[in-house]
Amino acid sequence: MNVRLYIWQRATAAIMAPLVLVHVAVIFYATRQGLSAADVLSRTRGSIAWAAFYGLFVAAVSIHAAIGVRNVLHEWTPLTERRAGFCAIVFGLLLAALGSRAVAAVVLP
Amino acid sequence: MVHRVSGLALAIFLPLHFLALGLAIEGEARFESFLRWTDRPLVKFAEVALIFLFTVHLLGGLRILVIENLDWRDGQKQLATLAAAVSAIIAFVFLVRVF
Repeated sequence: MNVRLYIWQRATAAIMAPLVLVHVAVIFYATRQGLSAADVLSRTRGSIAWAAFYGLFVAAVSIHAAIGVRNVLHEWTPLTERRAGFCAIVFGLLLAALGSRAVAAVVLP
Repeated sequence: MVHRVSGLALAIFLPLHFLALGLAIEGEARFESFLRWTDRPLVKFAEVALIFLFTVHLLGGLRILVIENLDWRDGQKQLATLAAAVSAIIAFVFLVRVF
């Protein structure tokens, strides 16, 4: 892993640490309350705060996971560094697209 | 290794997680039917496993950030053990609450 990717990996990790804690708290709250789809969507739809929170989360996790997958592919499979990098970029873009769609699905009114 | 395996498992799960949340685009009823599907015990156990992996990866990541950025070298094994223990406790609490 080169220095640039290393910094991105660590920076996105540092950004996500507090986001993960909040997300775990949200999971606990939602499951404990037994929230229905209507309950969840009434809290998230139209909320700029949830849109910003999960938008940032999706952006950070897409970069973080793509770099991690790149390292695993390069070290655990016969793929060259270049091909592992290509697969990681495709994976990261897929995550960003699906994640953005998911955020839009729950926050857009 | 634990950090890598948990990260890989979460990376595999993420697209499915996003697709599930994306069901809300198709309407509240479609999303609701998915949420009711997740009430099954087997799904609950899978959720517990995911929470465990999630917290293991978080704490393992914090451990890496601390080791790399702070002037601290001793006690790494103890910290790793503590990370696993806290993860197990969080996963157990989640298990108790979902059932």
